[in-house]
Amino acid sequence: MADAKPTKRTPAAKASAKRAATARRTAPTLAAVADEPRSSTALVPVPRPAAELDDPRRSDVDEWGRSERMRQLARTLYGPVYERWHRVEWEGLEKIPTTGGALLVANHAGAIPADAPVIMHGIEEHLGRRVYGLADEMFKRLPVVGLLWSRVGGVLAHPDNAYRLLREQQQLALVFPEGTKGTGKTYRDRYQLRRFGRGGFVEIAMRAGVPIVPIAVVGSEESMPILWKSPQLARLTGLPYVPLTANMLAFGALGPLGALVPLPAKIRVRVLDPVTFDVEPDQPRYSRSRIMDESEAIRQRIQEALLDMLRHRRSVWFG
Amino acid sequence: MGRRVLITGLGTFWGGRVAQALEADPDVDVIIGLDRYEPTVPLERTEYVRSDESYSILSRIVKAARIDTIVHTFLVVDSTQMRSRTMHEINTIGTMNLFAAASAPGSTVRDVVVKSSTLVYGSDPRDPVWFDEETRRSAPPKSVVEQTLLEVEGYVRDFAVDNPHVSVTVLRFSNVLGPDIDTPLSKLLALPLVPSIFGFDPRLQLVHETDVIRAILLALERNLSGVYNVAGDGLLPWSEITAICGKRNLPLPPYGLGLATRPLQRLGLVDLPPELLALLRHGRGVDNRRLKAAGFEYRYTSAGAVADFVQSLRVRGIEPAAAYQYERDVEQFFRHSPSIVRDQP
Repeated sequence: MADAKPTKRTPAAKASAKRAATARRTAPTLAAVADEPRSSTALVPVPRPAAELDDPRRSDVDEWGRSERMRQLARTLYGPVYERWHRVEWEGLEKIPTTGGALLVANHAGAIPADAPVIMHGIEEHLGRRVYGLADEMFKRLPVVGLLWSRVGGVLAHPDNAYRLLREQQQLALVFPEGTKGTGKTYRDRYQLRRFGRGGFVEIAMRAGVPIVPIAVVGSEESMPILWKSPQLARLTGLPYVPLTANMLAFGALGPLGALVPLPAKIRVRVLDPVTFDVEPDQPRYSRSRIMDESEAIRQRIQEALLDMLRHRRSVWFG
Repeated sequence: MGRRVLITGLGTFWGGRVAQALEADPDVDVIIGLDRYEPTVPLERTEYVRSDESYSILSRIVKAARIDTIVHTFLVVDSTQMRSRTMHEINTIGTMNLFAAASAPGSTVRDVVVKSSTLVYGSDPRDPVWFDEETRRSAPPKSVVEQTLLEVEGYVRDFAVDNPHVSVTVLRFSNVLGPDIDTPLSKLLALPLVPSIFGFDPRLQLVHETDVIRAILLALERNLSGVYNVAGDGLLPWSEITAICGKRNLPLPPYGLGLATRPLQRLGLVDLPPELLALLRHGRGVDNRRLKAAGFEYRYTSAGAVADFVQSLRVRGIEPAAAYQYERDVEQFFRHSPSIVRDQP
């Protein structure tokens, strides 16, 4: 992304600006339209100095709304939380492709889920690859939250967005097919995966011709457990759920900000074997039954991995 | 034989510009412009016919002048200019009448270019980052201008289906910036403090006014048909657009925005129609690759359009505006008097 500050403008750019200004003065009505020959070839691409398309960009916000500078800041701030608070440990990180697109699919838990930043931060730190997090439209409706989420790599979970990221730009995209059904469940239902949406993530991976990498996360359930929910307040605020979390009780002394502080649960992340589909990409439709079967199979594998990890977990806080 | 072109909305910014550009093309034999108001730019050989948007004389003109090309630029996309009622008359009813006349039996029309807008995609939190020409909008239209433009495109589609021998091009332009045009967006950027919505920094895509004209010319030249998005490369955050203009943002409250903007509107300080407020919240990006594949090369990126706009903004009020007054008798004299020596080298 071009990041030209005004002070760094090239002399060529200045010259072209001057030229444009002169053209405007001599032909005040037609601006730049008149200064080119209007033959039938007038609009055929002609080689022009690159300076004319010089981008006077001021920020490094990319087309998805992600800003590397903001991401860097987020990494600096989140680093200690990742390393000291949650003491995140990865298993099978080598299964995440280092090149090409892949759809990362994980379980989702906690009122403010810790799994999303943990996975995005971990992969960026350890593999040096950026991860775009696909999220619900709810984010985009909220002032400030939606903006920050977008700047640190969040993108609306829309099939077109996912296709473009995975197929055309060969990026890593992270999706939680449970959505708010996963994060909004109470502590009693911990580690019981909800329905995996309508299998849209499988269809997108098929269409984009990329593998799905299932990821199981243990610990985010305990980082912000929901004890009780208020459907009335949810309806009133338009949020998917308004919970009473254990954090609100534990950090109540900190005031309302206490509700945002996660409990220091140990987080373990296990990357499972990637799933590839031997189907032709770019098809308009894929077999519905095949999609549902694959979706259910991936859900089962993550569920089993979670149970296996829980069997070996001695302590919620120390792992 | 050259083209015989009819332009709707000759008195508007775009109608005048398109006519000027076409006059320079030797392959265009005849240019006839319709409008209720007189042209605002000097024209050499374009014939101006006063007519309202009911286009009652249109089928006669098409037949008598053997019009083969219609450039429909008379579509209102700036809802601050008029009441919704007028907008409905001009956009919806005008287009309906235009295409009814163009599809009359024995019509010689073979080419139609419609200047539509990316407003037809709307602006909603459920939108994809990029709309391509086939993407459906996420939410039903809430503003009158979007509603009328959708109806316009409906009439255009019907016309294209009923008249397969006519090549119909719909160009959907994103927000235009440039040295000469005034839009609701450019008016915001001309304010000392540029309104924004607190907690939102939407990404917008812009197109330079020169590229708008060039796209219309390309559509005619290449005989394109179908729908094309026209927007410069790159999505820019609103804060960055403001920064390129050397301004600062004035954040408006994200909730109860109507209450906050109404006093400003009453005072005539800013005009923030609903479609603009939605844009300032959620932004809009469109995929411009189809037009590029058809051979179009953009002169300006989104950021380039802003940069060029801001240069003209700096001299606005200093540079004398080109004053032009249409004088019917004078124009008639130059076009038709036998005293004028024609075919000069």
